[in-house]
Amino acid sequence: MARKISNRRKLLTTIIAWVIGLLLFFPIFWTAVAAFKTESDAYTLPQNWLSTPWTLENFGIVQERSNYFRYVFNTSVIVILSTLLGLVFAIPAAWSMAFAPNPEGGSKISSLGWLGIVLGSLAICFVALYFNNWKPTNAVIGILLLFIFVVPASLWAWSRNTHNMLLWMLSTKMMPPAGALIPIYLIFNRNGLVFRDWGWANWGDYNIMDSFWGMVPLMTLLNLPIVIWMLFTYFKEIPVGILEAARMDGASLWNELSRVLTPMALPGIASTCLLNLILSWNEAFWSLNLTNKYAAPLSFFISEYSSPEGQFWAKLSAASMMAIAPILIIGWFSQKQLVRGLTFGAVK
Amino acid sequence: MATKQAQALGKWALAPSVAVLAAWSFVPLALTLYFAFLRYNLQDPDNTGWAGFSNFYYFFKDPYFLKDLANTLLLVGGIIITTVVGGVFLALLLDQPFWGRGIVRLLMISPFFIMPTVSSLVWKNLLMHPVFGLFAGIQKYFGAQEAIDWFGRYPLLSVGIIVSWQWLPYAALILLTALQSLDEEQKDAAAMDGAPAISFFRYIILPHLSRPITVVILIETIFLLNIFAEIKVTSVGGFAGNLTYLVFSQLNDATDVGMAAAGGLVAVVLANIVSVFLVRIVGKNLEA
Repeated sequence: MARKISNRRKLLTTIIAWVIGLLLFFPIFWTAVAAFKTESDAYTLPQNWLSTPWTLENFGIVQERSNYFRYVFNTSVIVILSTLLGLVFAIPAAWSMAFAPNPEGGSKISSLGWLGIVLGSLAICFVALYFNNWKPTNAVIGILLLFIFVVPASLWAWSRNTHNMLLWMLSTKMMPPAGALIPIYLIFNRNGLVFRDWGWANWGDYNIMDSFWGMVPLMTLLNLPIVIWMLFTYFKEIPVGILEAARMDGASLWNELSRVLTPMALPGIASTCLLNLILSWNEAFWSLNLTNKYAAPLSFFISEYSSPEGQFWAKLSAASMMAIAPILIIGWFSQKQLVRGLTFGAVK
Repeated sequence: MATKQAQALGKWALAPSVAVLAAWSFVPLALTLYFAFLRYNLQDPDNTGWAGFSNFYYFFKDPYFLKDLANTLLLVGGIIITTVVGGVFLALLLDQPFWGRGIVRLLMISPFFIMPTVSSLVWKNLLMHPVFGLFAGIQKYFGAQEAIDWFGRYPLLSVGIIVSWQWLPYAALILLTALQSLDEEQKDAAAMDGAPAISFFRYIILPHLSRPITVVILIETIFLLNIFAEIKVTSVGGFAGNLTYLVFSQLNDATDVGMAAAGGLVAVVLANIVSVFLVRIVGKNLEA
């Protein structure tokens, strides 16, 4: 039974809510209006919208000057490929944790096994050092890191139970980019000493700085924890009973996955894609640091307007509208699903 | 229960994600740790070797360090207070019945989808410009002689306002979702008992929201520690830089990899303090 609310109170709430809503939206509205004005009109206050000669020329100028469509293309390539790549990794992982969980931690590695892993890693490091005439150059340090950290860490993580595995994946999202910026920057940049010292400079001009080869995997990794989490919460809601019924009826594992699970999982996958799309479309830290021309996305394109010459507000507004419009519309449609993805399921 | 076959498949289905995430989370961190103890400047390739703790020493002695650390904490703290208080208010408002709820909801949530570079430049120029900006225009309309030079005089506050504008919808949306899961009957019962609005808020709404508020605070902290684009694009890094910006400028302007790495480690430690709590809360929820 809903409480009865007087019309007068409803009217009051309506007014307050609309005023606040319009105020919060106002900067976007103001930008949209300025995008259709001439430069000198954009600077004029108070504005007179009746006498303003509305124009579309700003959009043309923006395209002509800085080739907007190339940035849209770049953003789309990064966003779409990284989303697809993310799904390739995340769907099996989320499926595994939701439907075949390991409550007590699956592949337990015995203490002898761990000893073997550690000794093996050390042995490989020594071999690497030996072939490098006992000089600890960066190449050797790279191999060292790989074996000292990544292999044991993967095995350790892999032997966790599902609960801890999920939390560990979440914690990887919390590393601040400032902590990873330096190595990533140097690895991406062939002029950085890392490649020079590692002797990998023989790859010639191969350089993943400012290229899709660098940005797409990076964007995938940035969002992978969120994608896995969100898919996991969606998969969790699919009743296991249906799967069991299919199994009872003699469906093979493949049929169970493709005929029963996939159709039920599709809506969840779709909204995960939308969230990933929004996050990577708006990503700015890595885009500003690692791109400047060939793979530069829209956030870089807009940042070019931070040091312009002459009057530029109308052009800035036009460029801004073109950069945010697609994602704003997608965001409006997917706002309900966002909550789930952005709180790691902690608020439903 | 999953079959043996599914269990075995599940183990291997998980492996690729575990491997890439392990690589992503451990390799850069380990390299940062390694660089932090090296003499390593991109402009000075002959100066190499171990640096001991001198990178940390000089990073902490850098006059920008304390200032930027203070800026970081001020930004995070200020924005969280603004967004959570505003978010609770907005959530309560949007939970009331009124005409055009769906549209107002869309209007309010919109700032969250705006690219950080766009919102920085739009606010800095169209709104906060000391001569032509809208705020200046309003001030002059009300008879002010000289308008506030937002980014000139209050760079930190200006960045804080922009970022709060972006994150307020996030807090509001999540608190609203939590509010809507409040039992209708509980509301009815309170209304029937004639509970005044304030005690209804104090004893029913606030306890119900305590966990979502904690989640919002923790997640925002993680993201707000890394504010970067807003500072870089508005070119206030020298006055309102935070730790992330300081690390960037050590790498980009001073090209000192060692110092930047030392700074990166400080940022990692700060973020870890928060993430421990967040992971614990999320973990508790996972069991329920």
